[in-house]
Amino acid sequence: MATVAEVTVRTGRRAELGLLALTVLIAVAARGLVDYHADYLVISDMLVYTGAWVAVALAIHLALRRWAPFADPVLVPAVLTINGIGLAMIRRIDFAYAARGRETDFGQVQAVWTLLGISLAILVILLLRDYKLLRRFTYTAGVLGLVGLLLPLLPGIGTQINGARIWINVFGKSLQPGEFAKIAFVVFFAGYLVSNRDTLALAGPKVLGMRFPRPRDLGPLALVWVAAMLVQIYERDLGTSLLLFGIFVAMLYVATEQLSWVLTGMAMFTVGAVAAGAFFSHVGARYTAWLHALDPEVYRSGQSEQLVRGLFGMASGGLFGTGLGEGRPDLVPYAESDFIVASIGEELGLTGLLAILTLYIVIVQRAMRTAIGIRHGFGKLLSAGLGFAIGLQVFIVVGGVTRVIPLTGLTTPFLAYGGSSMLANWIVIGLLLRISHQARRPEESSA
Amino acid sequence: MNEPVRRISVVVLTMFLALMIAASYIQVIAAGDLNADARNVRTLYREYGTFRGPIVVDGQSIVWSAPVDDPFNYQRTYADGPLYSAVTGYYSIVYGRTGIEQSENELLSGTADELFWTRLGNLVSGETQRGASVELTLSGAVQQAAFDALGDQIGAVVALDPSTGKVLAMVTSPTFDPADLAGHTTSVVNENYQTLLGTPDGPLVNRAIAGDTYPPGSTFKLVTAAAALGAGYDAESELYAPDELALPGTSVTMGNYGGASCSSTESMTLADALRISCNTAFGSLGMKLGWSVIERQAEAFGWGEQLSIPLAVTPSRLPDDPDQAQTAMSSIGQYDVRATPLQMAMVAAGIANDGELMRPYLVETVRDADLRVVETTEPEVMSTPMTVADANELTAMMVGVVDAGSGTNAQISGVEVAGKTGTAETGNDLDPHAWFVGFAPADDPVVAVAVVLENGGGNTGTITGGRLAAPIARQVIEAALAAQGGS
Repeated sequence: MATVAEVTVRTGRRAELGLLALTVLIAVAARGLVDYHADYLVISDMLVYTGAWVAVALAIHLALRRWAPFADPVLVPAVLTINGIGLAMIRRIDFAYAARGRETDFGQVQAVWTLLGISLAILVILLLRDYKLLRRFTYTAGVLGLVGLLLPLLPGIGTQINGARIWINVFGKSLQPGEFAKIAFVVFFAGYLVSNRDTLALAGPKVLGMRFPRPRDLGPLALVWVAAMLVQIYERDLGTSLLLFGIFVAMLYVATEQLSWVLTGMAMFTVGAVAAGAFFSHVGARYTAWLHALDPEVYRSGQSEQLVRGLFGMASGGLFGTGLGEGRPDLVPYAESDFIVASIGEELGLTGLLAILTLYIVIVQRAMRTAIGIRHGFGKLLSAGLGFAIGLQVFIVVGGVTRVIPLTGLTTPFLAYGGSSMLANWIVIGLLLRISHQARRPEESSA
Repeated sequence: MNEPVRRISVVVLTMFLALMIAASYIQVIAAGDLNADARNVRTLYREYGTFRGPIVVDGQSIVWSAPVDDPFNYQRTYADGPLYSAVTGYYSIVYGRTGIEQSENELLSGTADELFWTRLGNLVSGETQRGASVELTLSGAVQQAAFDALGDQIGAVVALDPSTGKVLAMVTSPTFDPADLAGHTTSVVNENYQTLLGTPDGPLVNRAIAGDTYPPGSTFKLVTAAAALGAGYDAESELYAPDELALPGTSVTMGNYGGASCSSTESMTLADALRISCNTAFGSLGMKLGWSVIERQAEAFGWGEQLSIPLAVTPSRLPDDPDQAQTAMSSIGQYDVRATPLQMAMVAAGIANDGELMRPYLVETVRDADLRVVETTEPEVMSTPMTVADANELTAMMVGVVDAGSGTNAQISGVEVAGKTGTAETGNDLDPHAWFVGFAPADDPVVAVAVVLENGGGNTGTITGGRLAAPIARQVIEAALAAQGGS
């Protein structure tokens, strides 16, 4: 028992409570605006909604106070704000669809997923008292990740939606196992790299002042590369492929501190991606739609129609947006999921979109801060990997919508409609909270 | 391992910076181009997707926006489309707008300056923008009578309330159904439009105000007669009326309709000349008066004026500095004299209203979505082409035309009808235009009407205004009298 050391370390829990109040205010106000503009404002509904938000915010806050008092105080408010705006936006899109005779309940379903996601995060904090335990499951995680990644290819349960075969059907529900595989891979990479970093970092020929890996150490990198390429070609999903490979290369770099790994990896991916585009027409079509989106012929063929409609939507929003409930986000296919960023851009404007991107930056930076603060190598790799995963995923989705990179089928974490993404990313937040607690906790004298 | 983590953070920041630049580019720099892109339906939807006010006749909506489950939200719906299309025009997502739909667009769509306070109220209350309703001066009964009487004959009918200038009826034939162009399926609308364009006689042309202007023929003799009365003539003034009028400076002569003789004495009164529509008498009268007198009279009736009622009206034309022979021809509404049917209705209305011509108008009242009056058109004197005495004298002469002259087909039992026929040569092998202009009752007119059948309107047999146009005018006048009696 540590009884003597009276070290005052600010947990930041009180600051978190203040930020959470702001979060609840934003979430409730957004929902109120949406309901108001849809002529659907019911005071009792709003009170229930407000109550639910207060309860959820308090629940996670109290859970942190109880089980991880030193956890990062900014993460939860940032994530909840994005989540709250996403919920309002999805509900607003429900209304837009309803106005056109299409009955959807994305908003309500998403609210349930949010509750489940937050519960999972709390569960992670409650059950995983020390993140280092995860290291024991390094190879189990690797296998789970691989299974999750390849599951959609299995006939029978794998299904293709919107062109990408990254879904499986479980009990009538569509799930994206790739979202969970992402976490498993980060655990696996962290465990594997922390054990093998010395070999990977120190052996190998030097070229132009950079130490390049020995061919026999290239095994794991090559394996992940092959997996990424398979995903791109057979699951028709550049997003997951890029995400997976990007996470691996980034973690490899953190582990080895060798820029050469990054260069080798990027070169391999580029060559693979270009080759896939040249040899597989469906991959090539995605590239064409990206590079020549506004070209009349490409547009007419339908390849870039969704992308261009998203651009039109964002353009109509301009600097300040049309206002929640005032635009026509329903004119973009998958406005509630893949293209929710375009919906945000349209109704909340560039201002709103930049604000949300900034919140993501905050989340990623808190994860990186945790990685720097923690001593243990596994923890560093884990939190840097998870943080980078969120950042890269946002980049891939938003980059796809804004034509920075080709369009892919990933979902925007916490914002877009989708259960798998919601659950998986809240688990990521749970892990980050747990690691950050251990990073910021004053050294226990009994250790 | 901290250094690479920091670098990775910078990499993530850079990636987000790229996203922010891309978003800024799309939403600010390229936004103008994207919004103007022809494939961008949003701009269309924004314009066409708002609730558009109705167009109202006799207190009933003849055009309105019905809610539909498509991206445009509302379908412009036309009750009796062909009946009113000459006035309403169409509202198409492909071909834009015409008619009242165009001229009153800002009010109908709710963007007009007049609706500023309404919009401000909406902003506070959070209501969405709703367009104003436009109430027309048209009388449904008169419009229907004109439409039925014209049938499928090619031509136009305009009826005015002489004391106010309200347009009671405006019909053009052939016509179209605006509903064919108001659909939301581009391919169908395109097809319908091409069909209309390919239809002979141009159903999209509004012959009443904006088609080709027509030579008014003998109906123009009303203007010449008015000029004569203004110059001191009276109904009993004797005019030189030979069988053949020599036209100075040319080898041709002017004859009468069918080569007939007006008078055995080569002389007749102004009233008789008008009654039987004697060409030579009016030709000689015109030369005697001089073109400038007739020109001034015609301009007082509205020739040369660019009217907006608020539909744009093609100005009626007069010859430029005619010589004696051309003056003679112009005095009987030939040569370079051109008029719209509305212009001829205005001549009748000016005479009917004791020499005071009221400015014609189609829009009675505009109300915002809360039924507050936004705009009301007040009747306005446009000009005073005649004195009261002259107008009454000319009216009596016109009654003679219908009683015992060329316009007997316009007679209505128990009602004194004043009128003038016209059969205007077109200078080619085509049939002449058949005209009738008139008003009733002669002592207290409630309606002034002009009818034209272009090149006989597709009729066979002898084409004259008296035979073909007068009966149409009669039916319109009857409808107006019935509507008047009913109200």
